[in-house]
Amino acid sequence: MSQAVPLYAQLINLLAAVILLLGFAMLAQRRVIQLIDLFALQGFALFLSTLVVAVKTGQHHLFYSAGLTLVLKVILLPWILHRLVRKLHIKGEVEGLINIPTTTLIGLGLVIIAFNVATPISQLSSTITRGTLGIALATVMLAFLMMITRKKAITQVVGFLAMENGLFLAATSATYGMPMVVELGIALDVLVGMVILGVFFFQIRDQFDSLDIHHMEQLKE
Amino acid sequence: MISLTGVLGQLFAIALALLLAPLLTGWVNQCRAWLQNRAAPPLLQPYYTLHKLFHKDVVLAHNASALFRFAPFIIFGCMVLACAIIPSLSTDLPFAPAADALALVGVFGLARVFIALAGMDVGTSFGTLGGRREMLIGFLAEPALLMVIFTMAMIAQSTSVATIVETLAHRELVIYPSIAFAGIAFTMVSFAENARVPVDNPATHLELTMIHEAMILEYSGRHLALLEWAASLKLYAYSCLGLALFFPWGIAERDNFLALIAALPVLLVKLVIGGALVALLETINAKMRIFRAPEFLGTAFLLAVLGLLVRLLLESRV
Amino acid sequence: MTLDFFALTLLIPLLSGILLSFAGERHWAPHLNIIASAATFLSAAGLTAEIIDQGPRFAFGEQFFIDSMNVFFVTLTAFVGMTTAIFSDPYMKNDRSHGKLTPARLRLYKSMYQLFMCTMLVALTTNNLGILWVAMEAATLTTVLLVSLYRSPASLEAAWKYFILCGVGIAQALFGTILLYFAAERILGESGTALLWSHLVEVKGQLDPTIMALAFIFLLVGYGTKVGLAPMHNWLPDAHAEGPTPVSAVLSGLLLNVALYAILRCKVLADGALHTDFAGNLMMGFGIFTLLAAAFFLGRQRDVKRMFAYSSIEHMGIITFAFGMGGPVASFAGFLHMTMHSLVKSAIFFAVGHAAQKCGTQIMEDIRGLKRINPLIGWGLMLGTLAILGMPPFGVFASEFMILTHAMKFHPWATPFLLLGLGVAFASILAKVQPMVFGESEAKPLPHAPAITPVFVHLGLALMMGLWIPPYLSRWFLEAARMLG
Repeated sequence: MSQAVPLYAQLINLLAAVILLLGFAMLAQRRVIQLIDLFALQGFALFLSTLVVAVKTGQHHLFYSAGLTLVLKVILLPWILHRLVRKLHIKGEVEGLINIPTTTLIGLGLVIIAFNVATPISQLSSTITRGTLGIALATVMLAFLMMITRKKAITQVVGFLAMENGLFLAATSATYGMPMVVELGIALDVLVGMVILGVFFFQIRDQFDSLDIHHMEQLKE
Repeated sequence: MISLTGVLGQLFAIALALLLAPLLTGWVNQCRAWLQNRAAPPLLQPYYTLHKLFHKDVVLAHNASALFRFAPFIIFGCMVLACAIIPSLSTDLPFAPAADALALVGVFGLARVFIALAGMDVGTSFGTLGGRREMLIGFLAEPALLMVIFTMAMIAQSTSVATIVETLAHRELVIYPSIAFAGIAFTMVSFAENARVPVDNPATHLELTMIHEAMILEYSGRHLALLEWAASLKLYAYSCLGLALFFPWGIAERDNFLALIAALPVLLVKLVIGGALVALLETINAKMRIFRAPEFLGTAFLLAVLGLLVRLLLESRV
Repeated sequence: MTLDFFALTLLIPLLSGILLSFAGERHWAPHLNIIASAATFLSAAGLTAEIIDQGPRFAFGEQFFIDSMNVFFVTLTAFVGMTTAIFSDPYMKNDRSHGKLTPARLRLYKSMYQLFMCTMLVALTTNNLGILWVAMEAATLTTVLLVSLYRSPASLEAAWKYFILCGVGIAQALFGTILLYFAAERILGESGTALLWSHLVEVKGQLDPTIMALAFIFLLVGYGTKVGLAPMHNWLPDAHAEGPTPVSAVLSGLLLNVALYAILRCKVLADGALHTDFAGNLMMGFGIFTLLAAAFFLGRQRDVKRMFAYSSIEHMGIITFAFGMGGPVASFAGFLHMTMHSLVKSAIFFAVGHAAQKCGTQIMEDIRGLKRINPLIGWGLMLGTLAILGMPPFGVFASEFMILTHAMKFHPWATPFLLLGLGVAFASILAKVQPMVFGESEAKPLPHAPAITPVFVHLGLALMMGLWIPPYLSRWFLEAARMLG
């Protein structure tokens, strides 16, 4: 059955699977601090997989984007988030709108959908890591699920960033990376977005005395 | 095509299971004691216990039915059958066609039904409570176990345990994320099924948390001895299944008598290491509240399904 | 050529944005805002003349590409940007006198306003679909801070919703872009050119249909969130109602256009790859649904800016539908309608902004007798409302008429839905605006006289284009429509 699959492809597949697993772990995680750590871990797995692709293809810009991932998603963003958590005295458990086992079951359904959507495309791809496209889509969907089922502003942000991770995985593993200009631009946007959000958190806390967004339900139809 | 080696191997495997199972339990207990800085019980303690229990009289409750008396034999029989079809030493098992991997889950399920019924039979509140909890665990653990087996069966294109193990032993050393997921899921299920620490604690009789012990509280004498032995066999069966599925190297194949002999020390080494790991995992984990058990097993199920999906997506046609 | 109009068009807002962030509360800061916007418009006009004269051109290697389609948007954006800057000067001063804003926030507003213009212009002129995405995201980021400018609970909530929903949307668009790249890379190779639109359009027939169909769905849903297509429109009314009125005007008049422009660029590629009406049908479906959803929400609004935000959603639905039908006539009508909507809707927001400031509320029941307080604002709002509702002789009538007749001819099933949506919207808006304009009131005069000119300049243009479209403008629309195929 299995012809010789090159080692790097095995590694990328393994790392992709780990990223997916971490996506689920984040979905099931109750505590904010651990959630941020899991996010950093996911970023690290992403960094490793980008590095593997970079070494394999020898494309310089992939090394840069791997470095960018390491600096931004493993060090800088988790650090900012930790600081925010400390400064804003966010503690305790993340409350969800739906209980966690149900959420994970829904997540499982989403993964199946994502895999189904991605399979016809993966079959067209010539890259050996084509299967990861489905995993990337699944990661995006799981992050999306996390955003809509959680009530705290900070978990929504982590969900948003995890979504970015999934997209990045899609870009590096399925197509061996987007052009460098685009990747730099995306990284810049994410960073600026994070800074704006940091400012934003303080404003929200000043106004609502909480980062629980269910206070923000004035505006509705 | 039943070869002589096959029959011999089969008989040997059963005898070995019966002999080694209490030893494995003893080894796990000893490791656990060491890790927890307690004075360890002797390695052979389970044999002493069995010996003692077999020589004691059976005390039966007045309202115990026939079911209560037969259950230990049925459960013991189930476990022996399970051990017989799991390739521990050799994949050449004449019994193996009797039950594939799915039926194996069924055999475990049968034993579970009887132990739960027996627990409820006498009508004490503990027995009923234990039986209910056991069924809760079982109903969550079985799908997860099935998913693990499906993943493995997809790799081997067969549900026969022997074929799966043969296929896996022959594959080259390739990283399969799906097998890793399945492995973790299987470990979690095994801990729950064998009443190990995160779910149950075999060493205590704490009414709030116990599951397995609650069901066999009313048993005594040779019935209890059989049940204890069956529990050891179950641990042994799960260990061998795990070792065969995830570390299949060293298991002998058809008509290879030398390999059969070589397989024994390999198995022993694997069991010693495996047992120590079980003890380690038990020590570093804290006992969960019973209401968290569904979540624990839900995670196992999730991992198993993920393994299956990852298998479908990443590894097919590669 | 010594004077590069294109570089100026991008650089002026960027540099003035940076300058304004340092300028603080100098007395010349508001003037700088207006002057910079006017200069941007002038250089955009110069660029337009150049493109009409010399045809499409590239800039900065191949990273930017200006053709007749996007130069039209560039001019429109720069024009509305200029008039909004003129309008916002007295408006923001009034807000400051009312104590709703501090000098620091005014500085933030002006700086972000210019940067926002810059990101939109980059999004419109870039040739690289990846940069397009980056600029769209940057436009979101700059406007998040503008929406929450008042720091009231409601405005923070609106900004949060805006950020999260558009963030999710734009992430879908990025996935679509990645898929597009994935398809293009197989033909154009791994070089940096695989995301350049001008290269993609040449090989669009070879792009893999399966991937392109999926990519287009993601792109449509992603950028569609920013266009305000139902059911992803939830952020739009909140952001429009709670942000300062100049921001509502540019969000409604410009940002929605830019997002729609992004969809149009992608549709060209999808159509080329698919050889079916898949993309068009999808857009028609979304368009009709958006029109109906918005029309039925219109009647339930109490806040005047919210109501006109829903009206924007409604018109975006109509425009999406028009482009979905495809063909030169429908695309022509779509472009015309986009222009008309930008001009009229921003004029309405100008009038509404001043009216709300005068009465100290945005609740429609409390705004009465605008005609008495300030006849110009009152009539401006009334005329603007009539114009946006598609009354002749305004330009909206012309474009809606073209869209309707085209739909009757080629897609008769859609006609009843279109008529229903337009009718419901007409009834609900007119019933609410009429008592606001006529009726009794006692409101105090404002410390700073409102800027009425932009309102009437916009309405005058809309009136003119309803009666007579200048030949160079129609040629321009036609050429752009032809490019859409």
